[in-house]
Amino acid sequence: MVALHGDAEIHGHSDKPPFFKRWFFSTNHKDIGTLYLWFGMVAGLLGGFLSFMMRMELKEPGIQVFSSEHTFLVFTSMHGLIMIFFLVMPALIGGFGNWFMPLMIGAPDMAFPRMNNLSFWLLPVAFIMIILSFFVPGSAGGNGFGGGWVMYPPLSTSGHPGPAFDLILMGLLAAGFSSIFGAINFITTIFNMRAPGMTLHKMPLFAWSILVTAFLLLLSLPVLAAALFMLFFDRNAGTGFFNPAMGGDPEMFQHLFWFFGHPEVYIMILPAFGLVSHVISTFSKKPIFGYLGMAYAMVSIGVVGFLVWAHHMYTVGMDVDLKLYFMVATLVIAVPTGIKIFSWLATMWGGSIQYTIPMMWAIAFIFLFVIGGVTGVVLSMPAIDVALHDTYYVVAHFHYVLSMGAVFGLFCGFYYWFGKIFGVMYNNVLAHIHFWLFFIGVNVVFMPQHFLGLQGMPRRYIDYPVEFATYNAISSYGAYITLAGVAFFFIMLAEAFIKRRPAPDNYWGEYATTLEWTLSSPPPYHQFNKLPQIK
Amino acid sequence: MMARLVILFHAGKHMRMSRLIKLLGGLSAAALLGGIAHAAGLPTDGNIGLQEAASANMEMVTKLHNTVFAVIFAIFVFVVVLMLYIMVRFREKANPVPSKTSHNTMLEVIWTAAPVMVVLFFLAIATRPLYTLDVIPEADMTIKVVGNQWNWDYSYPDHGDFEFNSMPMSEEDAKAAGKPVLFAATDPLVVPAGKTIRVIVTASDVLHAFAVPAFAVKIDAVPGRLNETWFKVDKPGTYYGQCSEICGQLHYNMPIEVKVVTPAQFDAWVLTRNPEFVKTQSSTTIEARNTEN
Repeated sequence: MVALHGDAEIHGHSDKPPFFKRWFFSTNHKDIGTLYLWFGMVAGLLGGFLSFMMRMELKEPGIQVFSSEHTFLVFTSMHGLIMIFFLVMPALIGGFGNWFMPLMIGAPDMAFPRMNNLSFWLLPVAFIMIILSFFVPGSAGGNGFGGGWVMYPPLSTSGHPGPAFDLILMGLLAAGFSSIFGAINFITTIFNMRAPGMTLHKMPLFAWSILVTAFLLLLSLPVLAAALFMLFFDRNAGTGFFNPAMGGDPEMFQHLFWFFGHPEVYIMILPAFGLVSHVISTFSKKPIFGYLGMAYAMVSIGVVGFLVWAHHMYTVGMDVDLKLYFMVATLVIAVPTGIKIFSWLATMWGGSIQYTIPMMWAIAFIFLFVIGGVTGVVLSMPAIDVALHDTYYVVAHFHYVLSMGAVFGLFCGFYYWFGKIFGVMYNNVLAHIHFWLFFIGVNVVFMPQHFLGLQGMPRRYIDYPVEFATYNAISSYGAYITLAGVAFFFIMLAEAFIKRRPAPDNYWGEYATTLEWTLSSPPPYHQFNKLPQIK
Repeated sequence: MMARLVILFHAGKHMRMSRLIKLLGGLSAAALLGGIAHAAGLPTDGNIGLQEAASANMEMVTKLHNTVFAVIFAIFVFVVVLMLYIMVRFREKANPVPSKTSHNTMLEVIWTAAPVMVVLFFLAIATRPLYTLDVIPEADMTIKVVGNQWNWDYSYPDHGDFEFNSMPMSEEDAKAAGKPVLFAATDPLVVPAGKTIRVIVTASDVLHAFAVPAFAVKIDAVPGRLNETWFKVDKPGTYYGQCSEICGQLHYNMPIEVKVVTPAQFDAWVLTRNPEFVKTQSSTTIEARNTEN
């Protein structure tokens, strides 16, 4: 393997294309992964800015920051869409998936490198359309689309006659096709390009998580695409799929949307599950506990994830027996999720735990995911959901699993592979400050929102009665702390790129066992010209 | 009375009370007073639980929530304590040589079976409340609610089908009337205490949701569809809710005010709204008709 690595490196340096060709016509999985990561970072900044403005508005009762109520709703809706489609999915799946899935399975590249390029470049196109939507008429209230990220008709059809929402539909369709192409690429690569000897049951858990995620994408996104097309036709072609006056039904859209939307939740969290497993194992200096259980827990979460969608719709007026079914199915997910949590703890048990930066993020991930998980159990029961549906409790719940679960997973992977991706090491002190500010900040933001929700504060309100003042104020102060954390993230980045401390090939030591650690940092432009042999 | 006090307490907000004092005040109110500072039908600043129940249904929901919360809190504490113990006991310094264990079938069976038990327990306690909320008992009367951007229409089909519109009350008017801002409506929904009330909900333009937290009522208002729910409140009083499905720019200002009055007061109120109707029928005859069915 050593000989192979030397050989590849010499070979690799010589055929790096010039700048424009390398980054704009790229077919190299690592370069495309890097593009995804930078793209996610830019989109995340915009999405974060939107949420920060919302928190400033909500710091006290009254309307003070926004000049129009509609603009606040535009910020709310776009925050959701941007964070999901343009930060978490591109960074976790497109970024880390592209970078490390081929390295981990010992493949020289993705199966369809040109389609990989298309997958990436559809995203900026989509993003430009999303951004343009801010500046064109949406509803009577002003520019932009303010119908929530869920885009429920009739608010998204007759409620938003302007072109803003058409731009969003086109943008989301482009982003959706980007993900479908990506999913096809991931599945084909994993099934056909594993190194000799790497059976599915020897495949690293991150590759497993990408495989399950890719299937979820492939099966759920076409349903979203259909629903988006139906909205588009209802708006522009005179159809009435969701228009009751023409025999349609607005609730049908909700079923279609959540049939995509619930798997989407797992699409965002599964890659984080995968990479957190590697981080926990590396820094506990132990192999992952219950490897097969971990892999099949992800598979079963993926399967059951398709059977629970209407738990987002308990108040639409559904049949009571259906509600019972969706409660049962939803609660079932607690079982594989429990297996994952306990297996991570068991991996740490008996280990020799090193508190490196990625390990801090991984442990925080478990902590926050447990909180988000148990509040999910509360929400799964229709009899409690009647009190909590569409309140801040739901907001707190899904931010604990996404804003903190998925995003902590994102930072965990980013710090774990930072040296491998960029070839330079970050400063530990700056990274620690980033971690602690972020960890404290998001908890201060979202913990009080549980209490607001229990007291009944509905979501998507620009102004609220004074009875909700205290926890909204605390939540907004948390936004300042989180913002400081984000600032330190960029200070950390700048420092690392200015100082350029070279990263060794395997800077985590002998317990980082996956194949990417057998290569240089950054890996050669083309790796595994001679395929590695797995015992 | 209590509602009034809470409003007075919050009037201080606009008087530049130091933010820190306000935060501490809210927190200590939550910690020290617990359930004392409740105003039925309204949220309480600084409170960390559900709103005070005004119906048997909400009492049932609260009880279910409290039980479930106790279990999930225990699970959370168990995981965190276990994690902290592992983090200290197996830190690099304390345990320089890692074990090589990566399987333990017994353990894996246990941590699969234990969550299954918890899930079965949850199903056992959450199923009956689901059916109680959803299966509407024989109702004493029906009201019809129509959500519009951004106000509510209420009508009384059992009382001659009279109808009126309920708008949000402006901040000045609400303050003048001593009512909570963004909760108060110009013309509240009026219902008799102690009666089972069926609510039929729909919408005229986009989705809305009719919600009164103290009653455990929340149901989407969907154009082209009639949804129904119910409540029975024994104690007269004024209870508040807000629109709970995004419906456009004034979504935040679509309050629901419900006045629960004694049956006698209700009959008198109906008389003011529809004098012709009460000449021929009264609430009692409606009751008689319902029981015959």
